[in-house]
Amino acid sequence: MTTASPLVDLRGITKTFLGVAANDSVDFDVRAGEVHALLGENGAGKSTLMNVLCGLYRPDEGRIFLSGEEVHFRTPRDAIAAGIDMVHQHFMLIPVQTVWENMILGQEDFGFILSKSAICRRIDELAGQYGLHVDPEAPVWQLSIGEQQRVAILRMLFREARVLVLDEPTAVLTPQEARQLFSTLRRMREEGHGVIFISHKLDEVAEISDRVTILRKGRKVGTVKTSGVGPEELAEMMIGSRVVPAVNKRAGGAGEAVFQARNISVLNDKDLQALHGLSLELRRGEILGLAGVDGNGQTELCEALVGLRPLVEGSLAFDGREMTGAPVRDFLSRDVRYIPADRRGTGLVPTMNLRENYALRHYWRDAFRKGPFMNWEAIAGQTGRIVERFDVVTPSLGVPVRMLSGGNLQKLMLARELDGDPRVVIAMQPTWGLDVGATAFVRERLLDVREKGAAILLVSEDLEELLALSDRLAVIHKGRIMGLLDDPRLATEEMLGLMMAGKPLASFGEGA
Amino acid sequence: MDLLVPILAAAVRSGTPILYATLGEIITEKSGVMNLGIEGVMLVGALTGFGVTYHSASPWLGLAVAFGVGAALCAIHAFLCVTLGVNQVVCGLALTMFGTGASSLVGRSLVGETIEGMRAFPLPGLSEIPLLGPVLFNQDAMVYLSFGLVFLLWFFLLHTRPGLKLRAVGESPIAAAAAGISVPTVRWMATLFGGGLAALGGAYLSVVNSHMWVEQMTSGRGWIAVALVIFGIWHPLRSALGAYLFGGVGALQLRVQAAGTSIPAPLLLMLPYVLTVVVLTGISIRKGKGILLGAPAALGLPFHREDRD
Repeated sequence: MTTASPLVDLRGITKTFLGVAANDSVDFDVRAGEVHALLGENGAGKSTLMNVLCGLYRPDEGRIFLSGEEVHFRTPRDAIAAGIDMVHQHFMLIPVQTVWENMILGQEDFGFILSKSAICRRIDELAGQYGLHVDPEAPVWQLSIGEQQRVAILRMLFREARVLVLDEPTAVLTPQEARQLFSTLRRMREEGHGVIFISHKLDEVAEISDRVTILRKGRKVGTVKTSGVGPEELAEMMIGSRVVPAVNKRAGGAGEAVFQARNISVLNDKDLQALHGLSLELRRGEILGLAGVDGNGQTELCEALVGLRPLVEGSLAFDGREMTGAPVRDFLSRDVRYIPADRRGTGLVPTMNLRENYALRHYWRDAFRKGPFMNWEAIAGQTGRIVERFDVVTPSLGVPVRMLSGGNLQKLMLARELDGDPRVVIAMQPTWGLDVGATAFVRERLLDVREKGAAILLVSEDLEELLALSDRLAVIHKGRIMGLLDDPRLATEEMLGLMMAGKPLASFGEGA
Repeated sequence: MDLLVPILAAAVRSGTPILYATLGEIITEKSGVMNLGIEGVMLVGALTGFGVTYHSASPWLGLAVAFGVGAALCAIHAFLCVTLGVNQVVCGLALTMFGTGASSLVGRSLVGETIEGMRAFPLPGLSEIPLLGPVLFNQDAMVYLSFGLVFLLWFFLLHTRPGLKLRAVGESPIAAAAAGISVPTVRWMATLFGGGLAALGGAYLSVVNSHMWVEQMTSGRGWIAVALVIFGIWHPLRSALGAYLFGGVGALQLRVQAAGTSIPAPLLLMLPYVLTVVVLTGISIRKGKGILLGAPAALGLPFHREDRD
């Protein structure tokens, strides 16, 4: 490694949002020819720091040095011109435009009238050099998530970036695709690029990075050589000295099937088929895990199961009673509960307060009305009770729920949905974005209701979570079930990865 | 033939003011800004064009000033909606009300006056072509300009770098910003340009078509333009067809009335608006089928770079 100034040196970066410090005087640097990992939990300030580096946010305090010279990025254009580029979690591609159009977006050196053939030729050249093959004329929305990421990475190289930032790049990939990504990153390192790899997954950081910087709650904990530390040490730096409660899974007697979906097909919001004749059944006192890369029909499945999305084909049955096409209220009144992934959209109304959000699921019940009027006292009483029971930290019951932190927001939704005696729980990404403590809490509550006899569908991208909680485990790919494992402990990550990429379980037996 | 040619020629003439406004609104909306103030901007444009032509005897000066005033008026819209991020629908409606009221108030002294205005200018050679000649090329200079503009904007949107930028901003402002594009600048320029074209459409009515100023003389053409943007699925060529179709219905209605039919006049006057409702219904049914790809995904949404969601 050279002794010259690092490619990029961030010193004392502070950035606050509404008085909350997302970054508190953070130092960070990256050298030519290294992969520097930025490790931290969700909400630790990793993306904020990188958005400052890429000119999307302006820091409140702090300085940025490029090869030893101080620079001021006012806009992303300044950063790109200086050779700093980023693949954001959501790629920042424009779906309706083609690959080549996305490549040159914001680039000024292509003349007024665009020459498609010249641009496509350059894309093909670069793609060949790095082994990142894409069709330049395909519209982005037709590409798979993995291909879209390839386009976003290629775009950085197309813009001749020297410092490449990748924000949680593996979150949307199957294990096999991730391995391919890592070989691309190694290639970039050999070419003398400085690569910043953002992640909250320890094993990935250990595998790919040369150095690692750990952030916790907006502050830098330290920068260490990856080869010099073990995973336990990194984990402790990431989450502090808190004890990570192990999931304490009690034996549950799996009971009879209570909820069945038979050959259901549904459309997504673009009216394309999202589920193709999918069948599954939920059993009493059991958690059925559903693994899969995000966007393979999980949302549509959950919405179909709780009556929010009409079935094109197939049927739903609950307790042997036909539920196909039944209104949502019928599902609610039979204690079918839903924990959607978008807490601030489908789950809760951010601008309404805790009482109102509670009332939204119960306002029609006799206990909560006084003649034609709402009985706010009764509602407040119930809201207070569940808030206490689930340990939701809030200044009062009257604040808009958008003021709550992500963890408390999720606890509130859980409190509302798991209260009483749920028969069926459809939980989608219930621990996404939560810190370790809140994650453990959510998992415990799910196990509680399982013990009380609820039938649970748990949709998650986190394989460890699924393996720890599920009694049975299914894998979904492009709206079809690739296989159902009656004992998840027998599954290897390799095998699940292949299933997530579209290899049916049935085909393993013959091969192995 | 004797009946068809005048009706088609009239269709082009009465479609032209709507076409200008529609093209302007397409550019504005492609950047993600919805401007419902078109009707009011057209009225202000009509009055400005007429007033300047009346005093200067130069229709070209009248049209040019109208374009400038229209753009200036939409600077209000751009400031409120792009810079401050207020609700675009509310702001647009306010602009329409303001334009309607202001033009009526300021234009009082001009009611009843007439101007020389602009006359037809047959293109030598082209106007001799049977059918097409008299319909398309025996018109005034502004009609020819609008033909050019349709193709120019189509080419601009699909084949130029600034056109790509404009579309990117309307589809995903955050992605555009991350690629180094200044979203507010693009939106400001698109809003000003769109406002200028809308005012030009209004000025066409007073300076070229009727040679006089009448209060509320646009009579809803601005709203039809907004509808035509959707009708043409944000595409200049399709929208031009739509504009002439609506112009044709208007022209036909006048002829039928002149021919002395027993159909009550108000019923005929309704025709263009009924067509609007029918077309919009048809389009939203198609939208349900997921075919509406031309609509900018970020239409109507304000953008702040540092917002967190």
